[in-house]
Amino acid sequence: MVRRGFLRGVADGLPFVIVIVPFAMLFGLLASEAGLHLYEIILFSVVVFAGASQFAALQLLKEHAPVLIILVTALAVNLRMMMYSVALAPHLGQARLRTRAVISYFLVDQSFALASQDYDKRPDQPLAEKVGYFFGAVTPIVPTWTISTIVGALAGRAIPQGYALDFAVPITFLAMTAPMLRTRAHWVAASVSVALTLGLQAMPYGTGLLVAAAAGMIAGAGVESWRARHD
Amino acid sequence: MIDRSDFWTVIVVLGIGTYLLRFSFLGFLGNRLLPWWLVRGLRYTAVAVLPALVAPAVLWPPSTGGAPDMARLLAACATVIVGAWTRQMMAAIAVGVAVLFGVQYLA
Repeated sequence: MVRRGFLRGVADGLPFVIVIVPFAMLFGLLASEAGLHLYEIILFSVVVFAGASQFAALQLLKEHAPVLIILVTALAVNLRMMMYSVALAPHLGQARLRTRAVISYFLVDQSFALASQDYDKRPDQPLAEKVGYFFGAVTPIVPTWTISTIVGALAGRAIPQGYALDFAVPITFLAMTAPMLRTRAHWVAASVSVALTLGLQAMPYGTGLLVAAAAGMIAGAGVESWRARHD
Repeated sequence: MIDRSDFWTVIVVLGIGTYLLRFSFLGFLGNRLLPWWLVRGLRYTAVAVLPALVAPAVLWPPSTGGAPDMARLLAACATVIVGAWTRQMMAAIAVGVAVLFGVQYLA
Protein backbone atom coordinates (compact mmCIF):
# COMPACT_ATOMS: atom_id res chain seq x y z
CA MET A 1 0.00 0.00 0.00
CA VAL A 2 2.69 2.43 1.04
CA ARG A 3 4.78 1.39 -1.94
CA ARG A 4 1.98 1.69 -4.47
CA GLY A 5 1.04 5.15 -3.23
CA PHE A 6 4.67 6.18 -3.10
CA LEU A 7 5.35 5.28 -6.72
CA ARG A 8 2.21 7.06 -7.87
CA GLY A 9 3.28 10.13 -5.91
CA VAL A 10 6.77 10.16 -7.41
CA ALA A 11 5.31 10.00 -10.92
CA ASP A 12 2.95 12.91 -10.20
CA GLY A 13 5.63 14.95 -8.44
CA LEU A 14 8.24 14.71 -11.19
CA PRO A 15 6.83 17.39 -13.53
CA PHE A 16 7.14 19.98 -10.73
CA VAL A 17 10.91 19.67 -10.96
CA ILE A 18 10.82 21.94 -14.03
CA VAL A 19 9.22 24.73 -12.00
CA ILE A 20 11.33 24.29 -8.91
CA VAL A 21 14.78 24.35 -10.52
CA PRO A 22 14.72 27.97 -11.76
CA PHE A 23 12.77 29.16 -8.71
CA ALA A 24 15.23 27.69 -6.23
CA MET A 25 18.21 28.82 -8.32
CA LEU A 26 16.89 32.35 -8.30
CA PHE A 27 16.62 32.26 -4.53
CA GLY A 28 20.19 30.99 -4.20
CA LEU A 29 21.37 33.64 -6.63
CA LEU A 30 19.67 36.58 -4.92
CA ALA A 31 20.66 35.37 -1.46
CA SER A 32 24.27 35.16 -2.49
CA GLU A 33 24.07 38.58 -4.15
CA ALA A 34 22.74 39.90 -0.84
CA GLY A 35 25.98 38.73 0.75
CA LEU A 36 24.84 35.55 2.50
CA HIS A 37 27.30 32.67 2.78
CA LEU A 38 26.54 29.33 1.18
CA TYR A 39 25.89 27.58 4.50
CA GLU A 40 23.55 30.39 5.53
CA ILE A 41 21.62 30.08 2.29
CA ILE A 42 21.33 26.30 2.65
CA LEU A 43 20.17 26.62 6.26
CA PHE A 44 17.64 29.27 5.23
CA SER A 45 16.15 26.91 2.65
CA VAL A 46 16.21 23.85 4.88
CA VAL A 47 14.87 25.49 8.05
CA VAL A 48 12.12 27.57 6.46
CA PHE A 49 11.44 25.47 3.34
CA ALA A 50 8.83 27.84 1.91
CA GLY A 51 10.03 29.63 -1.22
CA ALA A 52 7.77 32.66 -1.41
CA SER A 53 8.31 33.63 2.22
CA GLN A 54 12.06 33.19 1.80
CA PHE A 55 12.07 35.68 -1.07
CA ALA A 56 9.96 38.08 0.98
CA ALA A 57 12.17 37.77 4.08
CA LEU A 58 15.33 38.14 2.01
CA GLN A 59 14.09 41.30 0.35
CA LEU A 60 13.07 42.89 3.66
CA LEU A 61 16.35 41.86 5.30
CA LYS A 62 18.20 43.65 2.51
CA GLU A 63 16.08 46.75 3.12
CA HIS A 64 16.95 46.60 6.84
CA ALA A 65 13.30 46.45 7.87
CA PRO A 66 12.72 45.76 11.59
CA VAL A 67 12.79 42.05 12.46
CA LEU A 68 9.21 42.09 13.71
CA ILE A 69 7.94 43.45 10.38
CA ILE A 70 9.96 40.87 8.44
CA LEU A 71 8.53 38.05 10.54
CA VAL A 72 4.93 39.21 10.34
CA THR A 73 5.14 39.70 6.58
CA ALA A 74 6.85 36.37 5.87
CA LEU A 75 4.50 34.48 8.18
CA ALA A 76 1.53 36.15 6.49
CA VAL A 77 2.83 34.79 3.18
CA ASN A 78 2.79 31.33 4.77
CA LEU A 79 -0.63 31.56 6.42
CA ARG A 80 -2.04 29.62 3.49
CA MET A 81 -0.22 26.56 4.81
CA MET A 82 -2.53 26.49 7.78
CA MET A 83 -5.33 26.07 5.26
CA TYR A 84 -3.45 23.15 3.70
CA SER A 85 -3.14 21.64 7.15
CA VAL A 86 -6.89 21.99 7.68
CA ALA A 87 -7.62 20.42 4.30
CA LEU A 88 -5.38 17.38 4.76
CA ALA A 89 -6.31 16.68 8.39
CA PRO A 90 -9.38 14.55 7.48
CA HIS A 91 -7.20 12.38 5.23
CA LEU A 92 -4.02 12.03 7.26
CA GLY A 93 -5.23 12.78 10.79
CA GLN A 94 -5.26 9.09 11.72
CA ALA A 95 -1.58 8.56 10.93
CA ARG A 96 0.92 8.28 13.79
CA LEU A 97 1.96 11.55 15.37
CA ARG A 98 5.55 11.05 14.24
CA THR A 99 4.41 10.58 10.64
CA ARG A 100 2.20 13.66 10.80
CA ALA A 101 5.08 15.67 12.25
CA VAL A 102 7.26 14.77 9.25
CA ILE A 103 4.43 15.32 6.77
CA SER A 104 3.95 18.80 8.22
CA TYR A 105 7.52 19.78 7.43
CA PHE A 106 7.02 18.76 3.79
CA LEU A 107 3.64 20.47 3.42
CA VAL A 108 4.34 22.91 0.59
CA ASP A 109 2.24 24.27 -2.28
CA GLN A 110 3.15 21.43 -4.62
CA SER A 111 2.73 18.51 -2.24
CA PHE A 112 -0.55 19.93 -1.01
CA ALA A 113 -1.89 20.45 -4.53
CA LEU A 114 -0.94 16.91 -5.57
CA ALA A 115 -2.13 15.15 -2.42
CA SER A 116 -5.48 16.91 -2.17
CA GLN A 117 -6.19 16.17 -5.84
CA ASP A 118 -5.24 12.54 -5.44
CA TYR A 119 -7.26 12.01 -2.24
CA ASP A 120 -10.30 13.54 -3.90
CA LYS A 121 -9.92 11.36 -6.97
CA ARG A 122 -9.37 8.15 -4.95
CA PRO A 123 -11.33 8.60 -1.73
CA ASP A 124 -11.28 4.87 -0.95
CA GLN A 125 -7.53 4.37 -0.74
CA PRO A 126 -6.26 3.19 2.65
CA LEU A 127 -4.37 5.51 4.98
CA ALA A 128 -1.04 3.82 4.22
CA GLU A 129 -1.44 4.53 0.52
CA LYS A 130 -2.29 8.17 1.20
CA VAL A 131 0.79 8.55 3.36
CA GLY A 132 2.88 6.78 0.73
CA TYR A 133 1.52 9.07 -1.96
CA PHE A 134 2.39 12.19 0.02
CA PHE A 135 5.98 11.12 0.57
CA GLY A 136 6.25 10.00 -3.04
CA ALA A 137 5.09 13.40 -4.24
CA VAL A 138 7.70 15.30 -2.20
CA THR A 139 10.56 12.93 -3.05
CA PRO A 140 11.48 14.57 -6.39
CA ILE A 141 10.73 18.04 -5.02
CA VAL A 142 12.90 18.24 -1.91
CA PRO A 143 16.35 17.35 -3.31
CA THR A 144 15.65 19.46 -6.39
CA TRP A 145 14.84 22.45 -4.22
CA THR A 146 17.99 22.15 -2.11
CA ILE A 147 20.42 21.32 -4.92
CA SER A 148 19.09 24.08 -7.18
CA THR A 149 19.41 26.58 -4.33
CA ILE A 150 23.07 25.61 -3.96
CA VAL A 151 23.68 25.82 -7.73
CA GLY A 152 22.07 29.26 -7.81
CA ALA A 153 24.13 30.43 -4.85
CA LEU A 154 27.36 29.28 -6.48
CA ALA A 155 26.40 30.84 -9.80
CA GLY A 156 25.57 34.08 -7.97
CA ARG A 157 29.18 34.53 -6.96
CA ALA A 158 30.22 34.34 -10.60
CA ILE A 159 27.77 37.04 -11.73
CA PRO A 160 28.83 40.67 -11.24
CA GLN A 161 26.84 42.56 -8.59
CA GLY A 162 23.56 44.17 -9.56
CA TYR A 163 23.34 42.70 -13.04
CA ALA A 164 19.69 43.16 -14.16
CA LEU A 165 18.38 40.92 -11.41
CA ASP A 166 16.34 43.63 -9.69
CA PHE A 167 13.21 42.68 -11.56
CA ALA A 168 13.46 38.91 -11.13
CA VAL A 169 11.61 38.94 -7.83
CA PRO A 170 8.65 41.06 -9.01
CA ILE A 171 8.21 38.86 -12.08
CA THR A 172 8.48 35.67 -10.05
CA PHE A 173 5.99 36.84 -7.43
CA LEU A 174 3.49 38.01 -10.02
CA ALA A 175 3.88 34.77 -11.97
CA MET A 176 3.26 32.82 -8.77
CA THR A 177 0.17 34.81 -7.87
CA ALA A 178 -1.53 35.17 -11.24
CA PRO A 179 -2.51 31.50 -11.58
CA MET A 180 -4.16 31.74 -8.14
CA LEU A 181 -6.52 34.46 -9.37
CA ARG A 182 -9.30 31.99 -10.06
CA THR A 183 -12.34 33.98 -8.93
CA ARG A 184 -13.49 37.57 -8.81
CA ALA A 185 -12.93 37.51 -5.05
CA HIS A 186 -9.25 36.67 -5.61
CA TRP A 187 -8.89 39.56 -8.06
CA VAL A 188 -10.55 41.94 -5.62
CA ALA A 189 -8.32 40.80 -2.74
CA ALA A 190 -5.19 41.31 -4.86
CA SER A 191 -6.29 44.68 -6.30
CA VAL A 192 -7.34 46.17 -2.98
CA SER A 193 -4.09 45.09 -1.37
CA VAL A 194 -1.92 46.42 -4.21
CA ALA A 195 -3.76 49.76 -4.41
CA LEU A 196 -3.58 50.32 -0.65
CA THR A 197 0.09 49.35 -0.48
CA LEU A 198 0.89 51.94 -3.13
CA GLY A 199 -1.26 54.50 -1.34
CA LEU A 200 0.29 53.79 2.04
CA GLN A 201 3.93 53.99 0.93
CA ALA A 202 4.50 56.78 3.42
CA MET A 203 3.89 54.43 6.36
CA PRO A 204 7.21 53.35 7.87
CA TYR A 205 8.98 50.01 7.33
CA GLY A 206 6.44 48.25 5.19
CA THR A 207 3.70 48.51 7.80
CA GLY A 208 1.46 49.85 5.00
CA LEU A 209 1.75 46.47 3.34
CA LEU A 210 0.36 44.71 6.41
CA VAL A 211 -2.61 47.04 6.61
CA ALA A 212 -3.16 46.66 2.87
CA ALA A 213 -2.90 42.87 2.93
CA ALA A 214 -5.36 42.61 5.80
CA ALA A 215 -7.79 44.87 3.92
CA GLY A 216 -7.28 42.76 0.79
CA MET A 217 -8.11 39.55 2.67
CA ILE A 218 -11.21 41.09 4.19
CA ALA A 219 -12.26 42.39 0.77
CA GLY A 220 -11.78 38.96 -0.83
CA ALA A 221 -13.73 37.21 1.92
CA GLY A 222 -16.41 39.90 1.67
CA VAL A 223 -16.85 39.41 -2.06
CA GLU A 224 -17.05 35.67 -1.54
CA SER A 225 -19.77 36.06 1.10
CA TRP A 226 -21.66 38.52 -1.08
CA ARG A 227 -21.56 36.21 -4.07
CA ALA A 228 -22.59 33.22 -1.99
CA ARG A 229 -25.70 35.15 -0.99
CA HIS A 230 -26.54 36.55 -4.44
CA ASP A 231 -25.74 33.73 -6.87
CA MET B 1 24.85 44.10 4.02
CA ILE B 2 22.38 41.95 5.89
CA ASP B 3 22.63 42.21 9.67
CA ARG B 4 23.57 38.77 10.92
CA SER B 5 21.70 38.86 14.21
CA ASP B 6 18.55 39.92 12.33
CA PHE B 7 19.19 37.15 9.83
CA TRP B 8 19.46 34.37 12.40
CA THR B 9 16.47 35.60 14.36
CA VAL B 10 14.40 35.61 11.17
CA ILE B 11 15.51 32.13 10.11
CA VAL B 12 14.81 30.54 13.48
CA VAL B 13 11.50 32.24 14.24
CA LEU B 14 10.24 32.04 10.67
CA GLY B 15 11.23 28.37 10.51
CA ILE B 16 9.43 27.51 13.74
CA GLY B 17 6.41 29.67 12.90
CA THR B 18 6.04 28.21 9.43
CA TYR B 19 6.34 24.70 10.80
CA LEU B 20 3.66 25.38 13.40
CA LEU B 21 1.32 26.70 10.69
CA ARG B 22 1.80 23.46 8.78
CA PHE B 23 1.53 21.25 11.85
CA SER B 24 -1.44 23.09 13.35
CA PHE B 25 -4.35 21.01 12.15
CA LEU B 26 -2.51 17.88 11.08
CA GLY B 27 -0.79 17.81 14.43
CA PHE B 28 -2.98 18.88 17.29
CA LEU B 29 -6.15 20.53 16.15
CA GLY B 30 -7.39 17.54 14.18
CA ASN B 31 -10.74 17.92 12.53
CA ARG B 32 -11.89 20.79 14.67
CA LEU B 33 -13.86 23.29 12.65
CA LEU B 34 -12.41 26.73 12.08
CA PRO B 35 -14.63 29.77 12.27
CA TRP B 36 -15.93 30.40 8.76
CA TRP B 37 -14.53 33.92 8.52
CA LEU B 38 -11.03 32.64 9.27
CA VAL B 39 -11.25 29.97 6.56
CA ARG B 40 -12.43 32.60 4.15
CA GLY B 41 -9.68 35.02 5.06
CA LEU B 42 -6.95 32.38 4.82
CA ARG B 43 -7.97 31.64 1.26
CA TYR B 44 -6.94 35.15 0.20
CA THR B 45 -3.69 35.59 2.14
CA ALA B 46 -1.33 34.65 -0.69
CA VAL B 47 -3.03 36.79 -3.36
CA ALA B 48 -3.21 39.72 -0.95
CA VAL B 49 0.39 39.60 0.26
CA LEU B 50 2.52 38.52 -2.71
CA PRO B 51 1.57 41.10 -5.37
CA ALA B 52 1.49 43.90 -2.79
CA LEU B 53 5.05 43.05 -1.76
CA VAL B 54 6.38 43.79 -5.23
CA ALA B 55 3.93 46.47 -6.42
CA PRO B 56 6.14 49.40 -5.34
CA ALA B 57 9.13 47.93 -7.21
CA VAL B 58 6.98 47.58 -10.33
CA LEU B 59 5.81 51.18 -10.27
CA TRP B 60 8.90 52.83 -8.80
CA PRO B 61 11.88 50.55 -9.53
CA PRO B 62 14.87 51.25 -7.24
CA SER B 63 17.27 50.68 -10.14
CA THR B 64 15.90 53.68 -12.05
CA GLY B 65 15.97 55.81 -8.93
CA GLY B 66 12.21 55.43 -8.53
CA ALA B 67 11.18 56.73 -11.97
CA PRO B 68 8.46 54.58 -13.59
CA ASP B 69 9.91 52.47 -16.37
CA MET B 70 7.95 51.35 -19.43
CA ALA B 71 9.78 48.02 -19.85
CA ARG B 72 9.16 46.98 -16.24
CA LEU B 73 5.51 48.06 -16.29
CA LEU B 74 4.80 46.16 -19.49
CA ALA B 75 6.70 43.11 -18.26
CA ALA B 76 4.65 43.07 -15.04
CA CYS B 77 1.36 43.37 -16.96
CA ALA B 78 2.36 40.62 -19.38
CA THR B 79 3.34 38.33 -16.50
CA VAL B 80 -0.01 38.76 -14.75
CA ILE B 81 -2.07 38.35 -17.93
CA VAL B 82 -0.25 35.23 -19.10
CA GLY B 83 -0.22 33.73 -15.61
CA ALA B 84 -3.93 34.31 -15.03
CA TRP B 85 -4.79 33.05 -18.49
CA THR B 86 -2.60 29.93 -18.77
CA ARG B 87 -2.32 29.15 -15.02
CA GLN B 88 1.30 28.28 -15.78
CA MET B 89 3.84 29.99 -13.57
CA MET B 90 6.76 29.20 -15.87
CA ALA B 91 4.93 30.49 -18.96
CA ALA B 92 4.21 33.72 -17.10
CA ILE B 93 7.86 34.12 -16.06
CA ALA B 94 9.10 33.37 -19.59
CA VAL B 95 6.79 35.93 -21.18
CA GLY B 96 7.52 38.51 -18.47
CA VAL B 97 11.28 38.21 -18.93
CA ALA B 98 10.92 38.26 -22.74
CA VAL B 99 8.86 41.45 -22.61
CA LEU B 100 11.27 43.07 -20.13
CA PHE B 101 14.34 42.45 -22.26
CA GLY B 102 12.47 42.95 -25.54
CA VAL B 103 11.24 46.41 -24.61
CA GLN B 104 14.58 47.37 -23.09
CA TYR B 105 16.31 46.26 -26.30
CA LEU B 106 13.91 48.19 -28.55
CA ALA B 107 13.91 51.34 -26.45
